Amino acid sequence: MTRNPQLNRNGELQHLLTIDGLPREIIAAILDTAEPFTEVAEREMKKVPLLRGKSVFNLFFENSTRTRTTFEIAAKRLSADVINLNINTSSTAKGETLLDTVDNLAAMQADMFVVRHASSGAPYLIAQHLAATDRDHIHVVNAGDGRHAHPTQGLLDMYTIRHFKKDFTNLTVAIVGDVLHSRVARSQIHALTTLGVPEVRVIAPKTLLPTGVERMGVRVFHDMREGLRGVDVVMMLRLQNERMNGALLPSPQEYFKYYGLTPDKLDLAKPDAIVMHPGPMNRGVEIDSAVADGRQAVILPQVTFGIAVRMAVMSMLGGM
Amino acid sequence: MPLPPAPELCRRLAELMRPHMTPKTALVGIHTGGVWVAEWLHKELGIALPLGTMNVSFYRDDYSQRGLHGGRKPSSIPFDVADAHIVIVDDVLYTGRTIRAALNELFDYGRPAKVELAVLADRGGRELPVAATYCPHVLSLPAAQSLNLERAEDGSLAFTVVEK
Repeated sequence: MTRNPQLNRNGELQHLLTIDGLPREIIAAILDTAEPFTEVAEREMKKVPLLRGKSVFNLFFENSTRTRTTFEIAAKRLSADVINLNINTSSTAKGETLLDTVDNLAAMQADMFVVRHASSGAPYLIAQHLAATDRDHIHVVNAGDGRHAHPTQGLLDMYTIRHFKKDFTNLTVAIVGDVLHSRVARSQIHALTTLGVPEVRVIAPKTLLPTGVERMGVRVFHDMREGLRGVDVVMMLRLQNERMNGALLPSPQEYFKYYGLTPDKLDLAKPDAIVMHPGPMNRGVEIDSAVADGRQAVILPQVTFGIAVRMAVMSMLGGM
Repeated sequence: MPLPPAPELCRRLAELMRPHMTPKTALVGIHTGGVWVAEWLHKELGIALPLGTMNVSFYRDDYSQRGLHGGRKPSSIPFDVADAHIVIVDDVLYTGRTIRAALNELFDYGRPAKVELAVLADRGGRELPVAATYCPHVLSLPAAQSLNLERAEDGSLAFTVVEK
């Protein structure tokens, strides 16, 4: 069997590319490591010296202000130097290839690349290229690639669930919305099943589900009311507006009627169920404002925990 | 070389510290063993300022090799560090690297008036110029052994010597 490209010879985390295939112990170690970092953010001096002198390059081939900002804050709170590159407005626009860009930044003594790319597998390609050219000391963190994975989002979601629910092994979790186009959903499903959640449900119209989704170990529901019954955690997905044009959905209004999370639909879940959303939210499309701002929503804690989880990942990689 | 029991060392440490405690004195225990000792001293010495705790993993120079060995417990400094008289409390003084890390972390919270160090035992083997202000017991252990403080379920403390 070939070695998991994310782990080094000692089985330690070398890159974070996907949650798929990541051992349960490593996921648990990341969540454990994140816990004391939440306290660092509450200090007047929100900085620890773990990555002092390291250069972290945020390589964003696709726009995402929120993800880029949270990675930047995390790296800065670890005392790293952060360089942000929005590549769609720079060299690739002039024709440079992905790996040429990487080689140039590696020649500038980069220690870590945080990569967001519209193509699935781009971070893996970079990691492979670095290994093939004996530059294993440079770490790669996937900040979202195509429809494939968004592992730090999946991990911060797990951190949030553990924070509010303590234990994974007695939970029913529902993931609602555009699973087909969602790298977040894939990462969530892998993480939930690895951590031993006994029942993971996906709730979506047929047009927004990938074929063979059942093989990922989930129960499929097309009726949201039926799918939400008795769940402990509701994980909403963002509905990308561009999907409306692709004839996959009739209209935002109709989508909201059947798959928008409203207070009366949420009432079918357990009374202490939590509501999560990776942001940015489309109020009135996938989630009602009364729910988004309601007492069961933990959407803003997700953002706060996201920084601690990214600090944990970067310190575990960069400290090697 | 027999080791005095940890509860006796705690009592002797408290008597060394007692004459020097002021209303501005605060104790900060280092996770994990140092916090146990600091909890006991805090009560015994009737310290008014709330007890502080530190997980110095983020400040250690060997994080890359050891990771977060202080566990998941976060730091908590629930008093104003500026102008305080702070006694850092740990179970065992060895290389001095933990104390170096603790001093760095402490100064990120503010500028204390004075910082002292209290430990139950000094086992030698220093790698940095660090000395304890209050220490009831000095011994010399070879590098192959480590001196560990353990806490039983009933809260009682005991030292063990472990071969590395």
